Amino acid sequence: MIIIVDYGVGNLTSVHKAFRKLRIEANISSTVADIGNADKLLLPGVGNFATCMQRLEERGLRPALEKFALVDRKPLLGICVGMQMLTEHSEEGDAPGLAWIPGRAARFPETANDAPLRVPHVGWNAVHDRSSPLFDGLNDDDRYYFAHSYYVSCDDGARIAGHSHYGMDFAAAICRENIFGAQFHPEKSHLAGLAVLRNFAEKC
Amino acid sequence: MLSVRVIPLLLFRRDGLYKGIGFRDHKYVGDVLNAVRIFAQKQAHEVILLDIAATAEGRSIALDLVSRVAQECMMPLTVGGGITDVATAQALLNAGAEKVTVNSHALAHPDVIGEIAALSGSQSVIAAIDVGRGDNRCPESLTHCGSRWTGRHPVEVAGELVAAGAGEILLTAVDRDGTGQGFDLEVIAGVAEAVSVPVIACGGAGKLSHFRDAVAAGAAAVAAGSLFVFHGRRRAVLISYPDGEEIGTAFGEEVG
Repeated sequence: MIIIVDYGVGNLTSVHKAFRKLRIEANISSTVADIGNADKLLLPGVGNFATCMQRLEERGLRPALEKFALVDRKPLLGICVGMQMLTEHSEEGDAPGLAWIPGRAARFPETANDAPLRVPHVGWNAVHDRSSPLFDGLNDDDRYYFAHSYYVSCDDGARIAGHSHYGMDFAAAICRENIFGAQFHPEKSHLAGLAVLRNFAEKC
Repeated sequence: MLSVRVIPLLLFRRDGLYKGIGFRDHKYVGDVLNAVRIFAQKQAHEVILLDIAATAEGRSIALDLVSRVAQECMMPLTVGGGITDVATAQALLNAGAEKVTVNSHALAHPDVIGEIAALSGSQSVIAAIDVGRGDNRCPESLTHCGSRWTGRHPVEVAGELVAAGAGEILLTAVDRDGTGQGFDLEVIAGVAEAVSVPVIACGGAGKLSHFRDAVAAGAAAVAAGSLFVFHGRRRAVLISYPDGEEIGTAFGEEVG
């Protein structure tokens, strides 16, 4: 059973709906017991990074997540801000993350290649150099929906499981063993997004 | 590279979808769920759904409508109509909308944009600016579905609303709406130059090549109504959306 972690931020119904469409069993829960019993966890995230981290701490879910991902080493996928939370720090609210994957989130620059860069990065972008089972069966032509003002960079390039380009290359997906992150929204990315969620359920 | 978003913009009131010309003479074009299902099937980049009766009736777009529409969307859904406070915006986002758009209330009270951005991130709030050209042909921002002139230039309004926290601008040329004559490129260029966020150009698309003009003027994304709900000179109702190849051809190359 996949558990979509409800810690009081954002819209969880779209992710839930996507799994339903795939006929993959998934439930939304905020309890330590459900998290412990889950086979896989999905960690959504939307809005302000510092607020997301604060909500997670307030609800006392951090130890349960750490046991799940670091001790039991079961698969976890963070989406959007949920991916950024896997890293050490974000400029957004100058707040520490879960620090499971070395790296940090920074705001996109105002200019790139001497031209103004419109932030947030919103829309459908490709993911290149894919090196994660998340992208099994997907091609360079496939597009995913992004909506974010902060991007993740990793100290160790090997943790980057896919690049996208917006003014600069940035991490569209990250991975460390059983821990996965997607900067884009698979639940809003039509068939390519559904394929990513199916891969997480079946191949990760 | 980032694709240029091509966005169907759907107008809802009471019992279904309508489309007019110059924000008037609205004609019934069909059932909202049916239309959204078709756009989802055609893998539309995004859908914007506006309740055009909401502000006049002193309410906001209905939660249950948004919830039902969101069930059909495997793509981003932007909703608007009568939003005046952050709690309503939050409820709409929780009901499955990816973004909310605010027009009439934001022009009078830009703080509402900032409050939504603080809670849900600026990527979740779009400031909608409707632009008319009065007798002197000078661009002017309108509210209340194009019925009230504000006396303010869209560039000034856009700057204020982006400073307040808007993550995108939905810029609609009221005079061009439904005409198929092409976008108001001068207004698009002026606003795109003045703000650092993506500008969605709307109003006037009559053929796919118009999209390219809007992007050349500075738009990051394009939206259209009539082009996707009518077919032919007699404006027969037919929901359509271009495939990837047609969109690629329209833009020549991608931007990003």
